[in-house]
Amino acid sequence: MTNTWQDIKNANLVLVMGGNAAEAHPCGFKWVIEAKIQNAARLIVVDPRFNRTAAVADYHAPIRPGTDIAFLSGVIRYLLETDQVQHEYVRAFTNASLIVKEGYSFADGLFNGYDAETHSYDKTDWAYELDDQGFAKIDDTWQNPRCVINLMRKHVDRYTPEMVSRICGTPIDKYLYVCQQIASTCLPDKAMTSLFALGWTQHSIGSQNIRTMAMVQLLLGNIGVAGGGMNALRGHSNIQGLTDVGLLSNQLPGYLTMPKDEEQTFDDYMKTRQFKPLRPNQMSYWQNYRKFFVSFQKTMFGDAATAENNWAYDYLPKLNLPMYDIIRAFEMMVHGEINGYICQGFNPLQAFPEKNKIRRGLSKLKYLIVMDPLDTETARFWEDVGPLNPSDPSKIPTEVFQLPTACFAEEDGSLVNSARWLQWHWKAANSPAQAKSDIWIMSAIFHRIRELYRKEGGAFPDPILNLSWKYTDPTNPSPDELAKDLNGKTLADIKDPSGAVVLKAGQQLDSFGQLRDDGTTESGCWVFTGCYTEKGNMMARRDTYDPRDQGITPDWAWAWPANRRILYNRASADVAGNPWNPAKPIIQWNGDRWVGIDVPDYGPTIKPSEGVGPFIMNAEGTGRFFALDQMVDGPFPEHYEPFESPVENLLHPKVQNNPAARVFPDDRADFGTSADFPYVGTTYRLTEHFHFWTKHALINAILQPQEFIEIGEVLANEKGIANNSWVRLSSKRGYMICKALVTKRIKPMMVAGKPTHVIGVPIHWGFTGLAKKGYGANILTPSVGDANTQTPEFKAFLVNVEPSNGPEGEV
Amino acid sequence: MTLTRRGFIKLSGATLASSSMSAMGFGGCGAALAESVRPYKLAAAKETRNTCTYCSVACGILIYTSGDGAKNAHSNIMHIEGDPDHPVNRGTLCPKGSALLDVVHSPGRLQVPKYRAPGSNEFKEVTWDFALDRIARLMKDDRDANFIAKNEKGQTVNRWLTTGMLAASATSNETALLTWKVARSFGMLVFDNQARV
Repeated sequence: MTNTWQDIKNANLVLVMGGNAAEAHPCGFKWVIEAKIQNAARLIVVDPRFNRTAAVADYHAPIRPGTDIAFLSGVIRYLLETDQVQHEYVRAFTNASLIVKEGYSFADGLFNGYDAETHSYDKTDWAYELDDQGFAKIDDTWQNPRCVINLMRKHVDRYTPEMVSRICGTPIDKYLYVCQQIASTCLPDKAMTSLFALGWTQHSIGSQNIRTMAMVQLLLGNIGVAGGGMNALRGHSNIQGLTDVGLLSNQLPGYLTMPKDEEQTFDDYMKTRQFKPLRPNQMSYWQNYRKFFVSFQKTMFGDAATAENNWAYDYLPKLNLPMYDIIRAFEMMVHGEINGYICQGFNPLQAFPEKNKIRRGLSKLKYLIVMDPLDTETARFWEDVGPLNPSDPSKIPTEVFQLPTACFAEEDGSLVNSARWLQWHWKAANSPAQAKSDIWIMSAIFHRIRELYRKEGGAFPDPILNLSWKYTDPTNPSPDELAKDLNGKTLADIKDPSGAVVLKAGQQLDSFGQLRDDGTTESGCWVFTGCYTEKGNMMARRDTYDPRDQGITPDWAWAWPANRRILYNRASADVAGNPWNPAKPIIQWNGDRWVGIDVPDYGPTIKPSEGVGPFIMNAEGTGRFFALDQMVDGPFPEHYEPFESPVENLLHPKVQNNPAARVFPDDRADFGTSADFPYVGTTYRLTEHFHFWTKHALINAILQPQEFIEIGEVLANEKGIANNSWVRLSSKRGYMICKALVTKRIKPMMVAGKPTHVIGVPIHWGFTGLAKKGYGANILTPSVGDANTQTPEFKAFLVNVEPSNGPEGEV
Repeated sequence: MTLTRRGFIKLSGATLASSSMSAMGFGGCGAALAESVRPYKLAAAKETRNTCTYCSVACGILIYTSGDGAKNAHSNIMHIEGDPDHPVNRGTLCPKGSALLDVVHSPGRLQVPKYRAPGSNEFKEVTWDFALDRIARLMKDDRDANFIAKNEKGQTVNRWLTTGMLAASATSNETALLTWKVARSFGMLVFDNQARV
């Protein structure tokens, strides 16, 4: 989230699209109701179903799964055509006026530079025209046809209301009503908040779904302001934290990136990470990258990371591919390229697409280590559970270790919520029987392996032997010590240019501004610096003070970065530094400095006249309609059909799907067609359940005991399916037999002139736990991910449904 | 006299002294009645602040535990409710958070390390030492056999691709840092968490 949960109450319009907050985030959703009560806000839901959020909304517009880019590109077209944009904001705070290189083009569904062999683009020309100083050329008059604003206008021109309606299945009147409502927030003192979740991410075009909405928000001047923003509601309790700390194939903590094969030296690595400003006077804050990286290496390797060895640069593994994501990991597994796998609190047999492939992959492992508080399906993948998990254990060579872990209530530590708050929690009881914390287990594995390397030697033991491990109890480092590591400290006296000591050696740092690239500071995650200072554990703070009652609570816990609660908050004020919305200012220029209720996302004394842009992490200082080379599938979003779709792409039939998506050949062979599987399936969650955990909790197992699908009345009548009867739901990849809930909440949509039915598939059942046993929705879903992130396409695929006599062998 | 709900429980349950009963307006007869009432367990419980383990709204919760935290005292979580001070959830919880106690005490909670041998159709209880020694052996042997120090171009790459890891996005940042350190020190690249989903 750019903003906070409570800040939602400041919105004038709440658009829930790509999520279902009332169902999946009920206690956060209360702030939407607050917005309605306190701020006369309107709530609009755009979703395939009339879902629980729609049930309390002012307006619901249906949309076919996987067509959000078409819908939102149409919104951009509408805003530009009716001139309902926040002009001053767009001119000053976005890249609308910058001029794009001649080589950039788009035609018939493809951007320039496409290589059909590799399914990738040469992105060289997705860049600005530069002047002789290396700055982007600009045309404030917007006359140049290659200005970003003009290229964008041209790009979205195809998304007419008629086209949007034919693609999305949204009736034109409903679509135009939503456009009008969104446009009403172009006034400087009006804000729309965008609330979204997996409904946008779990598509082969997921990242661009979100980008399209971010572009709408920039046009309306809704980023950085109270009640605005792009607000990803997010899933697990620390999914934000695990992202921040970089537990992803291609990431280091704090959004630094792993080095590649070609980056053989630290200098090579830094060459592409200079972040030289693309406009005069810009902060381009990533220019400090080197300080963050060197400080991190000092946390990792301590004294073994030196200037002489380039801060132990060779100790980091190098990537020969963009990433080793999970879809790739299972592809490698089924081909026998992975021998061992560790699942720490992760249940891929339920959570990853094409369940039969996941089981095939796990069955080829030599060893599988599962660390979990609960008895997961993954740990028992080898068990024969009949149709729910067909298997022949005698033929599976995998050694499986099931290690019992502590749960949330049994350990101290911090979690990052979706508003980037690091909140500390305390241990309430001991773990059951022999269960141990993840920290203890990971330490134990590490120490045993390190000991083996000490005794036996072996392949490149240096990073293992030199891993910094200065904990009071090396077998069980305390969460407080690790939190201090995340924050960082000085390793030597830090002196100012006059030679005076400004920070003593060994002192916890207050901010990432103190980090150095000479090895005199360390920090495990630079964006967290400030969370655990000499003043103590800032994440444990519990002061509920909320200046002007505007949803900031600056002294409750601690927010990254720098305890800032609203990102890009410089953009809450106009060019001169006066708030766009005087009733809800966040920061403003008082003649000497930026003051307000939040920590400025800006240099605190930078004068408005200096022209420093509010998007300080971007090299040009502005928000980007044109994404340069940052996305693999285009600098502008484009509508591509899901890999399984009931219709051809109406915009460019020859380029049906995301051309930059990576699809493995055997996965492609497992895609079905609408001839065999005529209905659109989409997966989702229920308020009574959390993924595959709560089926182990008695009350939740009672509340939603049984696997079911939701099917509209029209389709049910066509198929002769009665409410609460058994059905067989199938895709090219598998089938499930479960109960049908026949509902008024899903209605057929007219897509390209023909009625299209959507079937809803809640995800929560499996073969362990207290609820009735079930298959799990991933028996159906295709193994293809978003082109940028490889997040699987769970939200749009093809299925067929037939009446059934019930579970095999039980009728 | 203003009493919060928790204050009421403390006042009424702590000692059941007649003075506190009269403070609440029960008078003499109330004291006799009060003596027949079981003491409130929550009043003697340890209250611990925590965060709901499910979604990223991160509702504040209060966990009530019996046992005073002494080494020999058996601690048992007996009640979990929303933290009324928390600025986001203000004491409320959803159908998942309200039932947290049932996941803490689920019969599906794992108690002991278990091991499944190749070809076997059952898990067997093992000691931590057996499990960890065996894991270390398997991992080291796999790493030594498959570690790639240089690629085909002779570039230094120092990676280990034949063992992968999925990290847990319900663990703490502190666990996350420690996990990152360990996994990357081995040279792992097949390394992700639920954020990929």
